Amino acid sequence: MDVYLQQLPQQLVNGLTIGGVYALIAIGYTMVYGILFMLNFAHGEVYMIGGFAGWWVLNLLSRNNVPIMNAAIVISLMLIIAMAVTGLLGMMIERFAYRPLRKAPRLNLLLSALGVSIFLQNLVLNYQGAEIRFFHVSSLIPESIRVFHIGNVVLSFTRILVILVTFLLMALLTVMVKKTKVGKAMRATAQDTEAATFMGIDVDRIIVLVFLVGSALGGAAGTLVGLLFTQVDYYVGFQAGLKGFTAAVLGGIGNIFGAMMGGIILGLVEALATTFFPSAYKDVVAFVILILVLIFRPWGLMGEKIPEKV
Amino acid sequence: MNKIPILELQNVDTYYGSIQALYDIDIVIYDGELACLLGGNASGKSTILKTILGVCNIRKGMVKLNGERIDGKPTKYIISKGVAIVPENRRIFPRLSVLENMEMGAYLRTDRTEVKRDIERMLGLFPRLKERLHQPGITLSGGEQQMLAMARALLSNPKILLMDEPSMGLAPILVDQQFDLIHKVNQQGTTVFVVEQNATMALSIADRGYVLQTGSIVLADTAQALLNNEMMQKAYLGGEN
Repeated sequence: MDVYLQQLPQQLVNGLTIGGVYALIAIGYTMVYGILFMLNFAHGEVYMIGGFAGWWVLNLLSRNNVPIMNAAIVISLMLIIAMAVTGLLGMMIERFAYRPLRKAPRLNLLLSALGVSIFLQNLVLNYQGAEIRFFHVSSLIPESIRVFHIGNVVLSFTRILVILVTFLLMALLTVMVKKTKVGKAMRATAQDTEAATFMGIDVDRIIVLVFLVGSALGGAAGTLVGLLFTQVDYYVGFQAGLKGFTAAVLGGIGNIFGAMMGGIILGLVEALATTFFPSAYKDVVAFVILILVLIFRPWGLMGEKIPEKV
Repeated sequence: MNKIPILELQNVDTYYGSIQALYDIDIVIYDGELACLLGGNASGKSTILKTILGVCNIRKGMVKLNGERIDGKPTKYIISKGVAIVPENRRIFPRLSVLENMEMGAYLRTDRTEVKRDIERMLGLFPRLKERLHQPGITLSGGEQQMLAMARALLSNPKILLMDEPSMGLAPILVDQQFDLIHKVNQQGTTVFVVEQNATMALSIADRGYVLQTGSIVLADTAQALLNNEMMQKAYLGGEN
């Protein structure tokens, strides 16, 4: 038991890191579901392309795997460009794959989402190939700050970066949704789309904005994970998408704060599970949680049981 | 009285797919008046509101707001030109606070200080809402929700306020209050168009009324004349035959 207790702080840090990433991905699922009542299965691919965009920027700013600029600038540019690329991608997916089906049955939208997912995966496979692309993090981050030791907790620079950036982005999103006019309009649209149109809210523009913000957060998560685990390939979106989706359902799909909570809880539970079970069981634990939530609390931790509209 | 038409429907036909819902509708609502549209279930009352708001497209005729044709325009545009609606069942945003609900009513306005003042004015008109300013809308009682829906609609500074079945789902005492309130709002200068099944109630406050039957206007007259009309007595007002 002592061994486990000693590992606990380390696992909490690990859980918080990956949980923040799950939360960012989950936000994209939950925001889209909140307004369109559809599962955007292409979201995992958006995350993957975010990872590739970060990798591409890193390579563009490097010669022989050594960055030509200050690491802070390189990392900022990686994140900003990954978010811009994926935000734009999300808007395009909405425009071309979902908007024409707005009045169609939900199942058609779901199939379209799966189609976009397969399309994007194969597009990347075609242009990038199947091999794993590496982020040369060791040459990017100066040796002196690469790893910190606090007690027996090992804290890498990238881990701190991921925690800081994920929580900063979540804080910004919270302010936007809670305090700004457009954020309030987003919530109004999610709660009652028709009543929102009666207020003069342009629902189409709100939906575009939801895809922009949700996809950009997913793209940021892709680059952050690339920096953390130093690699990306065309297939990472599948697993990440499932985890983000699980986190969104766990928190109560449609609820942004639920998605944040769900992501962090999922990350922590996975990390703790690896202290007690072989790490191969990590995903088993994640999906057992998903099944339990669906059975016992299908509206999630923070979701509400909403009576059918009359 | 100098009568300026605010809203006009001229020879309007509206269809759902191939099914015709409205036949040759003529309605004029003048500045400052309180007009009502009466009719039973499935008579086409809601379709008329949807037609005004641009949710349903018309196939014949025209809809004018302040003389400008608005048929075929998107809902957002029509709202921006001064139409507000208190929808059937109120439809307040359940998880936005009372204050946020009111802010949404003023969504298209850019005069922020004026909006703040108008919100204060609404809270003066509805002190109950002031007590609940930061509560989610869903926690309000039916009567309070009705006040909020009214305040929200008025905050857009509408030229004409549409009310869809304001008596629906309210206890009788609240229905009385509701109609007093509509009357008061109209007295303060807002043009109101009430769509209602409760003919007695609506005609008690209205200046003029239209009666809709299976998609056609069958009667159009002053409220007083409608109250005395024999057919109205039989069909809608429950008078002795």
